[in-house]
Amino acid sequence: MQVTAPAAGPIVSESSERVAGSNFELWSWYFFRLSGLLLVFLALGHLVIMHLVNNVDTIDYDWVAARWATLGWRMYDWLLLSLALLHGMNGLRVVVDDYVHRHGWRVVAMSTLWTLTLAFMALGTLAVVTFQPPGR
Amino acid sequence: MLSYRGREGYWAWVLHRVSGLAVLLFLLVHIVDTAFMGFGRELYNHAIDLYRQPIFRVGEVFIFAGVLYHALNGLRIIAIDFWDGATRIQRELWYTVLTLFVGLMLPITYVMLKPVFALLLGA
Repeated sequence: MQVTAPAAGPIVSESSERVAGSNFELWSWYFFRLSGLLLVFLALGHLVIMHLVNNVDTIDYDWVAARWATLGWRMYDWLLLSLALLHGMNGLRVVVDDYVHRHGWRVVAMSTLWTLTLAFMALGTLAVVTFQPPGR
Repeated sequence: MLSYRGREGYWAWVLHRVSGLAVLLFLLVHIVDTAFMGFGRELYNHAIDLYRQPIFRVGEVFIFAGVLYHALNGLRIIAIDFWDGATRIQRELWYTVLTLFVGLMLPITYVMLKPVFALLLGA
């Protein structure tokens, strides 16, 4: 029922278009678990800070700007962004693997998926890294 | 997902997949609204104003629930993968996940929706 570790050797699957002998699925399996474990703390920590300790009434531009004045919070947010996006998009890849079988549609779905991942990774990284506090 | 109906393990998996996809969808929206930080105070505050609407506050509770279930069941999956003993008690572990989930969501929902209750009672 749950995902189990694929063998380290070639993965034989009719629908798989990955090169036989590639360790991609093994790395993906480890990445899910490692990033998942970190996200338990990063994502739940983010929710506790934003919705229990603070809330949407207090969070605004100045609040976030003050937060991003601290390098540590920018690093926290960037780590959360990249791990959550890669973990989520890798999950979507598994879902596409499960339900999209026609070759043409798989190519379309996978290209869209990787393009979206790159675009959102770039957008999020730009927001966190290049933000300039106002009036400085 | 639609042609097979199983027992606890199946429902644990369905909820894991649905919660994961829902949280991913919100993550993409959230990356866009956070990117508004780079375009100045006015635009960002205007975007965040939306999240203060009662309907979005309820939505935020669902997002919290999605992340919490996915996190708790994710820990169950990791336990099953790395510890043989956990495989034998995977059903009990799922009930533990559900108990923790409900037990935590009750106070969380109360804290998050307090402003909405106040709004409804004050009106």
